[in-house]
Amino acid sequence: MVAEPPPPDNAAKQDFALETRGLERSFGALAVTRNVDFRLEQGARHALIGPNGAGKTTFINLVTGALKPSAGRILLGGSDVTALPQEQRVKRGLARTFQINTLYRGLSVLENVCLAIGERLGSGGRLFRPAGSHREVLLSAYALLERLRLADDASRLVRELPYGRQRLLEIAVALGLEPKVLLLDEPAAGVPSAESGIIIEVIESLPADLALLIIEHDMDLVFRLARRVTVLVQGTIMLEGTPREIAGDARVRDVYLGEREHR
Amino acid sequence: MTDAVSAVVSIGFHGVAFAMVLYLISVGLGVTMGLMGFVNLAHGVFAAAGGYVMTTLFNDEGVPFPLAVAIAAILVGSVSIVLERALYRRFYGGDELDQVLLTIAIVFIAIAGAKYIWGSEQAPMHPPHYLAGQIELGGRDFPAYRTFIIGAGAVLVTLLWLGLDRTRLGAKIRAAVDNRRMAQSVGINTSGLFSFTFALGTGLAALGGALGAEILPVFPGYPLDNLIFFLIVVAVGGLGTIRGPFFAALLLGVADTAFKYLLPEFGSFFIYALTLVILLVRPRGLFGQIGRA
Amino acid sequence: MSDTPLPSVATTSVRDRPLPEAVRRLARRHHPRVYEALPWLLATAGYFAFPDYRQLGAQVFIAILFALATDLILGYAGVITLGQAAFFGSGAYFCGILSAHGWSEPLSLLIAGAAAAAAVGFLSGFVVLRTTGLTQLMLTLIVAVMLGEAANKATGLTGGANGLQGMEIAPIFGVFELDLYGRTAYCYCLVLLFLGWLAVRTLIYSPFGRSLTGIRESEARMRAIGSPVFRRRLTAYVISAALCGVAGALLAETTQLVALDTLSFERSGAVVIMLIIGGVGRLYGAFLGVPIYMILQDRFAQADPTYWYFWIGVFLLLIVLFARGGIIGLVERGARLIRPRRRSVSTPGSENIG
Repeated sequence: MVAEPPPPDNAAKQDFALETRGLERSFGALAVTRNVDFRLEQGARHALIGPNGAGKTTFINLVTGALKPSAGRILLGGSDVTALPQEQRVKRGLARTFQINTLYRGLSVLENVCLAIGERLGSGGRLFRPAGSHREVLLSAYALLERLRLADDASRLVRELPYGRQRLLEIAVALGLEPKVLLLDEPAAGVPSAESGIIIEVIESLPADLALLIIEHDMDLVFRLARRVTVLVQGTIMLEGTPREIAGDARVRDVYLGEREHR
Repeated sequence: MTDAVSAVVSIGFHGVAFAMVLYLISVGLGVTMGLMGFVNLAHGVFAAAGGYVMTTLFNDEGVPFPLAVAIAAILVGSVSIVLERALYRRFYGGDELDQVLLTIAIVFIAIAGAKYIWGSEQAPMHPPHYLAGQIELGGRDFPAYRTFIIGAGAVLVTLLWLGLDRTRLGAKIRAAVDNRRMAQSVGINTSGLFSFTFALGTGLAALGGALGAEILPVFPGYPLDNLIFFLIVVAVGGLGTIRGPFFAALLLGVADTAFKYLLPEFGSFFIYALTLVILLVRPRGLFGQIGRA
Repeated sequence: MSDTPLPSVATTSVRDRPLPEAVRRLARRHHPRVYEALPWLLATAGYFAFPDYRQLGAQVFIAILFALATDLILGYAGVITLGQAAFFGSGAYFCGILSAHGWSEPLSLLIAGAAAAAAVGFLSGFVVLRTTGLTQLMLTLIVAVMLGEAANKATGLTGGANGLQGMEIAPIFGVFELDLYGRTAYCYCLVLLFLGWLAVRTLIYSPFGRSLTGIRESEARMRAIGSPVFRRRLTAYVISAALCGVAGALLAETTQLVALDTLSFERSGAVVIMLIIGGVGRLYGAFLGVPIYMILQDRFAQADPTYWYFWIGVFLLLIVLFARGGIIGLVERGARLIRPRRRSVSTPGSENIG
């Protein structure tokens, strides 16, 4: 009996929601991202950890297209998006949140989500019909806020919202895009533990087929949310494994956990 | 043939002299933009002030030329700290439109003030006797004063760059220009640093305005009329760089001199066209970071 | 994903219930309000109340239209511009040149002016909108200055420093002659201002307009939700340019003269100052800012002909220090003091990029 030939390369690639190959980025002489081969599976719950300045946010910016890589390729659902502008990648199901709240501070909570949903539904560039009469956008936005328990704040301006609620809204805006791949950049950073519960709850209840990559410092949270962990050190992947393997690794403790104890 | 050669030499010479003045004046504008995130449309006011103070001291009070220039720079630099603390500071990192409005207001007030104190005429600028006339270099005659400007400019630029490269303060400024947020988180006292840098920038502008009064005549409308040139130097050089504007000033100074020599009837049209083309190809300027945000 | 609700959330879909207050508020935001009739009532009354000032009135309407168009770019798209005169002047000159060459029908001349300005906006937008901050501001300035120099040079076409003369404008609809007393001009400009206002109002409440506000509030976020930021800005830039062109063409038609000052820095600067005084990004800022600036300039110039801009400068300083958001900003703040619970859902322009 002849052994089955291995599946063609392409079929294997399409299994990954997100993949980077040999990703590089430097600012002047400083290499911030070095030869990163990263794979995010469909439905993944994956954490990206690493000490400050390891290049985690740069990695997100490269993947989303906010930054152009110096070299390497980015694949989304198996197709190469390296040359695509940011908005095209979003259309293909890639959404992100920001480490530092990046919201429309002068607009209401509801409208923050409306803008995202309007872009997803393709009505964001319409010139004539008032935004307020796009009923579907408004109702979807409100329903999303209800799910995230932000509905009571729907009419409030974002800049009047407490910080923890703003962090939650960051996620709401991203979810308004109904992404296939979601990148969360320290979603609960700086949120008092009393308020972070709802954020964690929201993340835990994300649809199972969504591929999630979460940058996080809090190891408790990583253990709770992630099934795989990648450790990024000085712009390059040092290790990948289950949370247990990572926590047990001496090198990780040296560069990452050690650093946290020093603070 | 010798006509062509002497034209080239002459354009190069006057272009470089102009470039020195442009750079001295504009470098502070680029730094305020890069460091404090402030669009300072009133930057030319400080250059004009330098020119006015110098000509007044030198012409009317009989203060020796070098001393008059130095006093102008130091005086303008120090007084600008008051402005910085009282007005500019409130708008750092804020709405650009507010900054534009604030500095336009300052320009209006300054123009009226200059007219009130010094009248609407040009401030007369006669080089001191030892810098008047021509000097001979390599078989050619050059205006002595402009030769002096090139020399003095080269010395000042060297000192500035050395100072920024070799001193602790310079390192702090460079770090802060490169990355404002990082500098703050590292704990550099940005408040004091901002004041100092602002004063340094305005002092240099005053120096440029004083030395360059013969090239860029000092009159009340100076801050508005020359604004576009200062902005071009900074934008073409690249925001957040200190050396970039120098090369941009060289390019602009020489090109402007050449265009005005060869095609005088078109004024600055071609300089503007050149600027557009450069920024179309490199939106962040020649020496700015490559790529888009 | 909407089929995985969080635990303990209301189970009835929002679609099956009466509309929540927040949704209703957004849904009726674009509805006309009573006070919006005020400028038009005043303008109509002005026609009868001040018959001697109809020419001036027409000029004020043109300036308001210019400011309104500029607000689209400055207040909504967040592009700091000191070169709007490029569009105003393009419209004026193109209209004027056509008319001097025998094309005298006024409405088609307006369209021609708008098209010329839109073309300038489209071409310059590619350079201007790829940059930010100080560079962008400088480029807007350069575009206007270049056109000014070109108009100054091309004397055969533009009349250079003497201005463009010999324009012939036919009666509007073949009926209403542009008379010396400005009767027709007043009505003509008022109607066009109304149409321009209607267009701008429609735009700013449309999804496109909201996305412009989004870009101004946070460009990074706008990109992250998949908005084609450059294309949106360019569209806004071209529309704004076209409207500025209409204003310029109106000036050319009603004064039958085009001078270099239509392209000048003074005009670009003044329109921005007018807007800031009234309130940037607030739709009615233009209606307040333009008359206030014109009155102030007139008063100051009478009181102190040599140093009037000193007082303008002082006035601007006071605005930027104590009345950010302009007159309308002050009114909003006052209203909030009186009724602190009812926040206006959208007060664009008052907060910086997040």
